[in-house]
Parts: sequence; structure tokens; C-alpha cells
Amino acid sequence: MKYFHLIWAALFRRKARTILTLISIIAAFLLFGLLDAVRVSFQQAGQSANGAERLQTGSKLSFIQTLPQSLQAQMQAIPGVKEVSYANWFGGAYQDPHNQIFTFATSSNYLDVYPEVTVDPKQREAYEKDLNGVLVGEMLVKKYGWKIGDRLPLQSQIFHNRDGTKNWNFTIDGIMSSKDNKAFQSQMIILHWKNFDESTPYNRGNVGWYVTRVSDVSQTDRIAKQIDALSENSDHETKSQTEQAAMANWIKQSVNISLIVTSIMSAVFFTLLLLTGNTMMQAVRERTSELAVLKTIGFSSHSVLGMVLAESVLLLLLGGLLGLALVSVLTPIVGAASGGVLNLPHVGAGSWTLGVGLALAIGLIIGALPAMRAMRLNIVDALAGR
Amino acid sequence: MGTLVQINNVSKVYERGKQKVEVLHHINLDIQQGDFLALMGPSGSGKTTLLNLIGGLDSPTDGSLQVGDQRIDKLSQGALARWRAANVGFVFQFYNLLPMLTAQRNVELPLLLTKLSAAQRKKNASIALQLVGLGDRAAHKPTELSGGQQQRVAIARAIVSDPTLLVCDEPTGDLDRQSAEDVLGLLQTLNRQHGKTIVMVTHDPKAAEYASHTLHLDKGTLVEQSAHA
Repeated sequence: MKYFHLIWAALFRRKARTILTLISIIAAFLLFGLLDAVRVSFQQAGQSANGAERLQTGSKLSFIQTLPQSLQAQMQAIPGVKEVSYANWFGGAYQDPHNQIFTFATSSNYLDVYPEVTVDPKQREAYEKDLNGVLVGEMLVKKYGWKIGDRLPLQSQIFHNRDGTKNWNFTIDGIMSSKDNKAFQSQMIILHWKNFDESTPYNRGNVGWYVTRVSDVSQTDRIAKQIDALSENSDHETKSQTEQAAMANWIKQSVNISLIVTSIMSAVFFTLLLLTGNTMMQAVRERTSELAVLKTIGFSSHSVLGMVLAESVLLLLLGGLLGLALVSVLTPIVGAASGGVLNLPHVGAGSWTLGVGLALAIGLIIGALPAMRAMRLNIVDALAGR
Repeated sequence: MGTLVQINNVSKVYERGKQKVEVLHHINLDIQQGDFLALMGPSGSGKTTLLNLIGGLDSPTDGSLQVGDQRIDKLSQGALARWRAANVGFVFQFYNLLPMLTAQRNVELPLLLTKLSAAQRKKNASIALQLVGLGDRAAHKPTELSGGQQQRVAIARAIVSDPTLLVCDEPTGDLDRQSAEDVLGLLQTLNRQHGKTIVMVTHDPKAAEYASHTLHLDKGTLVEQSAHA
């Protein structure tokens, strides 16, 4: 700590250069923090406490393959099963084909397997009676200013309705809310599967997947096996898994987020390594005579090595911490600006630890070469300008 | 007053690529404690090399070099650094102050190697700056000071840890006449009133007049010695 002012002064010897370098480090760690938040967000999908008592059953072949609706009654008969619901992907675009909203056609008991989602009983009753009705998530209501009773035109990505177009008109009968307002259901729309099934020629008695709520979490493995045994050796073999595992598999089939994040960050940090490494080399080269003076006065070679290393670590730590702090400020803003579509988690202890570890490691790597040069500096040659 | 520096049969050979250059040839010299010695000679005569050996910045190829009770030619690099910190103050031609630090902080530098508290370091640095007449410039950075003032800060840095020996390499080489005389007067005061032993390399005969003795080197050999009044 005695040398801190010396290290700090050396770091800001050329203010403009240090500030520009610092900005590039902040940008790299900002990107790291945001991408890590995306990765964590994907990892946490389906990890709610209620998710543990839910099983998802889909086609063993692919998640786009449908299953017969007749399986529901057989699944319901398995001991330990509390409730079996089902859903189909609808894929609704609102106002603009690019403005996609998660929209699903679901069985009437769908919300019973999601106790964390609440709907006013009167609204639920109105929805049950209205075949053309929909329930909408509260975040969507806030985002688009919808009200109960509003007409809601949606365009399906895939499915035609009775008139042969992909334009569907619904009535908003109720609002789905959740204790955790970031829950997926707060951002989705559900419509009656019966309406969907009767309106489109593509379906006719098929469902996209089943969601089963079990009575005892410890029985999920057995129940999953029994569900899959129902379709064994048929043309619609199933795969049942917990909500968490299903989400992870779905993400894996769609995109390998960890690989993408790791690839981008490797490229960013490699560039940062070259950039800051070059800056540090230049900064130390410019200070050859000053370092020689320190050694002349009596600073040991190891002290000089330590000071140069500390300088590069300090630079990286400063940039890294500022970058991550900026992520902490930005994630809620990004979440709010996206109307809840992007639910980036706060920078957790794991991300801070990883970020600080990376800053330390990069600082040590880029400081190593100039620090070694400074340590080996020959005083007489350096003072003579050789 | 006893002998502070004993140089016995010292030679220094530098290797420049495949060539070996003998810069000093079998130098024998005793410097008394409290002496103010000027080293003169043409460029390449070995003045700075001899000064570097006396200050422990370099080691002789042959011979022995003792300062006080210490054979410094036998010390390792680490031990030599510690010895320099405790025993020698350095003054360079181009001041060699750290530009990002204030005069106060520059003077405090050698004290960072001691066990003094921050308050004590600050106090000692202030005293040293007052001694060189720059008590009111403590908060100024080197770029805010004239050449003469910078050299006086460098002298304050050299004496702040109270070393026995001051080695000065062309301390007035970059100064105008008036500033040079101020600096030389200051060195003379440190020698006469504070008992510092000073070894100074200079090209300037007028600067050498401030010393009590002058030694002349030519082609790595001591050729002449003269005493001043």
C-alpha cells in the first residue's frame, strides 16, 4: 500500500491514453456482463420451485412433432398424477409480423398446473365461457395498454383459420399475473385449444406437448417412465422430463448459448489482451529512465517487477469493476425498455467473481512481459539511454 | 576524518558485441570522509563509469571497492540495492525526477524504502525541501519548476535519507550559469556544513573549483590530482 500512490501516478502518467484504454476495458467487461446475464437467464429458465413438480411430455422425435390429444385421459390415470394439461404453439404477431408474442392454444385446465399464475376468478369464468377469448399476461397489458373486452387481432406464423387467412381475432377476457412479474406467463397469451383445434385444418385432435403436475416430487421419475411407456412402440413415442430439463433441451436444440457467449467473449478478451498488452509495453518503455531511477535509489528489481504488475492489474480491475457496475445499472433498464421480454438477471456473485478473476488474470498476463523487462533493466544502460 | 572510499586496482571491462572495451585500468584511489571530489576528463575517459562503481550502480571487473566497512564489489544485486538506499544519494545531469509526482512526493521516494510512517516521511521531505530553498514549491510538479529548481529537488531527494555519500553526475551540465552556481553552492554547503562526502563528475572547470580536490582521468587512468583552496 506504501507504493500505491506511485502505481496510481504511473498509471495516469498519460491520462488520455489510460482513459481510452480504460474505456475499451469497460466496454469488454460490459459485453461480458451482459452476455453472461443472457447465459444465466437461459440457464435459470424453468428452475422455479413449482417447475420441479411439473413434467413436460413431447414427441421423442422432435419438439415440432405433435401428439394425440387422446393421451390425456391415459396419463391422468397414472397414480401420482394430479393434473394433465396440454398446449400447442400458435405464434402470434401483433400489429407487425416482426412483433412476435408468445401465444399458445391451451387446454381449459392449463392454468391449474401453474399455481404461481393468478387470474381474477370472474375473468377466468368469463374466459371459460368465451371460446374466442384469450388471457393475456400483465406485462403485455402494461406494454400495449390493453383492457378487458378489447378486440385483439393476431396473425399466426403458421396456422390458417376457418376463412383461410392467418389473421385471427380474439377478445381479451382476463389478465394473467404472477408473484414474480418476470414469469414467462406475464408475457404470453393463451387461447382455447378447442377454438384452435376446430378452426384450423392443420391440427385436428393433436397437441404440441403435455404438462403434467404430480402430487409428489419424489415420484417424477417413475411417472415420467410410465407416461413414456404409454406410447412405446407407437408412431408417437414420447419423452417426458422435468420442466427444467425440457427447457434446457429446448434451448440446446434451438441454440447453444454457452458456446456463443464463450466464443464471443474469447474473441473480445483476446483483442483486449493485445490492445492493453501493447499499451502496457509502450507505457513501460517510455518510463525506462524513471524505472532506472527507482532502482538507482534502492528499489529492488522485485519491487519494480511488482509495481509494473500491480499497475496492469489495477488498470484491468478498474475497467472490469466499472464495466460490471455498468451492467448492474443497465440490466434493469434493458429489462424495462424491452417490456419484460428480456429478463436479464442482476449481476450475481458468480459473475462478479468470474469478472474479477478474468481482470486479474488478464492484468497479470499483459503485465508479465513489461514487468520482466523492468526487473531486468540495467541501471547504467538505462540511465545512459541505451 | 578516515577513508570512506577505498578503490584498489579496479578495472572495468565492457563487452560490446564481440568486442571487449576496458574503460578503467587498475585504478587506485582513496576518498576521505567529508571530501568534495571533482572527477574531470574528456568524454570516454571513464569518469561516469568510476562514479557508477563508487555509487554501487555497477560492479568492477577486477579489483576491490570498499565504502565504509562494506566491500561493495562482493554484494549481490539485491544487497547492493539495499546498500545504495541506506548509504548513497544520487544527483543526475537531467535531474531524473518522476514527472507525475510533486516535488514533495519525489523527495519522499527514498523514504518509501525505510520503515518511517507516512507522516514522518512527509515531514522529512519537507525539511529536505526547505534545506534546498524550495519549501514553498512542495506541491509543484517538475514541469512547473525551472531547471535549477528541479535540480535542487533532485538534491533534496538525494539527501533526504541522510546518506554518507553523494554522487553527482554532471549536476550543472544542463543549467545556466546562475542556476549552476546556486546548485554548486548548495552542494558545497552540504559538504562543509553537513559533512557529506561528495564525488562529482564535471566537464566544467568552474564547477570543479567548488570541490576540495579534482582528479583527472584520461583513457581509464588517473593522470593528475589537484587541490583547491
